[in-house]
Amino acid sequence: MNTFKIGGVHPAENKLSAGSPIREANLPKQAVFSMFQHIGAPAKPVVKKGDIVKVGTLLGEPGGFVSAPVYSSVSGKVSKVDVALDASDTRRMAVYVDVEGDEWEDTIDRSATLVRMDDRKDLDGKTIIEKIKQAGIVGMGGATFPCHVKLCPPPGSKAECVIINAVECEPYLTADHRLMLEHADEILVGVQLLMRAAGVDKGYIGIENNKPDAIALMKEKTASMANIQVVPLKVKYPQGGEKQLIDAVIGRQVPAPPALPISVGAVVQNVGTAYAVYQAVMKNKPLIDRVITVTGKSVQNPSNLLARLGTPFQQLIEECGGLPEDTGKIIGGGPMMGKALISLEVPMTKGSSGLLVMTEKEARRVKPDPCIRCAKCVNACPMGLEPYLLSVASGQHQWDVAEENDIVSCIECGSCAFTCPSHRPLLDLIRLGKTTVMGIIRGRAAANSQSKK
Amino acid sequence: MNTILIAVIVLGVIGLASALILFFASHKFAVHEDPRIAQVAEVLPQANCGGCGYPGCGGFAAACVNAADEGSLDGKLCPVGGQAVMEQVASVLGMQASSAAPKVAVVHCSGTCDARPHGVEFDGVHSCRIQNMTGMGETQCLYGCLGEGDCEHACLFGAIKVDPVTRIAQVDESKCTGCGVCAKTCPRGIIELRPLGPKGRRMAVLCNNKDKGALAVKECKNSCIGCGKCVKTCEKFEAITLDANLARIDPDKCRLCRKCEEACPRGAIHAFNFPPKKPSVPEGEKTTTETSNQE
Repeated sequence: MNTFKIGGVHPAENKLSAGSPIREANLPKQAVFSMFQHIGAPAKPVVKKGDIVKVGTLLGEPGGFVSAPVYSSVSGKVSKVDVALDASDTRRMAVYVDVEGDEWEDTIDRSATLVRMDDRKDLDGKTIIEKIKQAGIVGMGGATFPCHVKLCPPPGSKAECVIINAVECEPYLTADHRLMLEHADEILVGVQLLMRAAGVDKGYIGIENNKPDAIALMKEKTASMANIQVVPLKVKYPQGGEKQLIDAVIGRQVPAPPALPISVGAVVQNVGTAYAVYQAVMKNKPLIDRVITVTGKSVQNPSNLLARLGTPFQQLIEECGGLPEDTGKIIGGGPMMGKALISLEVPMTKGSSGLLVMTEKEARRVKPDPCIRCAKCVNACPMGLEPYLLSVASGQHQWDVAEENDIVSCIECGSCAFTCPSHRPLLDLIRLGKTTVMGIIRGRAAANSQSKK
Repeated sequence: MNTILIAVIVLGVIGLASALILFFASHKFAVHEDPRIAQVAEVLPQANCGGCGYPGCGGFAAACVNAADEGSLDGKLCPVGGQAVMEQVASVLGMQASSAAPKVAVVHCSGTCDARPHGVEFDGVHSCRIQNMTGMGETQCLYGCLGEGDCEHACLFGAIKVDPVTRIAQVDESKCTGCGVCAKTCPRGIIELRPLGPKGRRMAVLCNNKDKGALAVKECKNSCIGCGKCVKTCEKFEAITLDANLARIDPDKCRLCRKCEEACPRGAIHAFNFPPKKPSVPEGEKTTTETSNQE
């Protein structure tokens, strides 16, 4: 069975909500739509206070090529356009909508009938990409990179295959798993749409071995499709990383940045993205909801909720039995790469794959001991870096040393910090170094281009 | 006997030849350094802090000598040694020292623990830069002091320390040399070098909050809400400007009348090193300053 070659760790899986079917979350009283739900330029609000909006009404238009529009997921009245706390723990521009009723735009097809590829032979790649762009679809795995950008390869490179990321290697999270079990047909149409958009005739679906039911179901559904192959993968974190997944599925290694996965001919999309693409192209439904796993050992009723974007996290937790008393930390995303939240007022965004509640005891960090040079972090790093060295270089502000040792290749998966027997805060320091070094590189590039002029 | 003699002669000849090579090499490849550079470097504090903008005291000494050759020491200031050292430097070089106002670091935040409660606890590495990368930090304010002490670690003179009670960086004016390392280190850019002022007296808005008033009120009890009352009070001197919901006092225009301090409903404007106010005297004091200003 395949997996990526370098490094990796095995955190406890804790997939508590794997058996709980997706259920629809209640509508919030007030929904808040951040204009920063994707990587790239923020969306620009196009509504103002007092405007009446429906489900699917455009709230923010894209602010550039690498950007995505934001649609209302509720119907009601815009109460203000102002800054709001978002999942990145900063206040940024957002649209507040007071919810009244549940009225949808007429253009959206709300029926459950499955539209197959054969029913829409007229669709060509360009139309599909345009639809995806208009629907505001971004990478649903959590990275939130606008989907249409990946489907338009830069000149000189050509896509050879589409790889669907159904790995869900983060512990606790089960949203993608449940989505595959309950919407397999739609996902497969989405995969075919993505393949047509990218202009390739080969698709892979990479699924980790800890989801045998999903593998069996997908294999059964794809039995008649010669060009889509389900690839079961050995369980190892961080297999869901784009570069790791390409290595695991087709055995190719993406060169160091600034090279992109497209340079080895791969377009990687999340399984949730494939589902959203199906809805956008076949049902004309913009990205207004997503499946989120609300979980944690102390949570009464860990669930997978189909929630509208903009719903405050507070409400989602209440629907799963309320906030436990001994909560120490609440994490947006999974335990390995997620980010601790400072407030539960934060609204759900396009990239919210999970909401994890940790008890005080689980959340508390252990006091770090000195590095014992055991090199466990070097073995664990999936990018083949030397985390102990990078963290020391960052800690001492030796940015040149950090740059020489390829700090910008770090994917911030946290395997090094997870495996460290001395509990050293390796990732904290490396992240600081990576941000700083990237700033230095950008500054240098800007200075170079200026001197050329 | 013969062997000893041969050895002495051979070694002597080698020694002589080597000496000649060294003699000619030292003349041929001699690097001429202006002797004044060493003299200037001697009077500098040798802290090598880089506060002057040059790589250490040697670099600054070389820059001063070059500037002297060009005719003026304008714009050259050792922030550590201040005016006294610059006068020494000038006398070494036979020049007139240019007068530069000494500066001091001012922390533009007064969000103490009481005014700005720490709602969450940051459990990561204790560094302002790292905490700032995670977003808001421990308080609700995106702009204020994070209190992890990056400036404290960066300061070479022990002049800035995070107060354990207020969790805000405090400048010790007697030790601060105005080198500006703290200002460069602070990830939120709340430390500014401001002129020390006559007798150390100066005014400053101790807040960096650029949020709208209603939000700023929620975030911190001592925040500037951009109401503009201070700007109106200072109409005569136009020393206060309002930019992005934040007032700023221009130290060059400020006449130290302290009216803005009284006008501020939030207590965000702070007067440094003024004698304590007496109940009856302030009125008189103010009129004298005003009249002197009008003259």
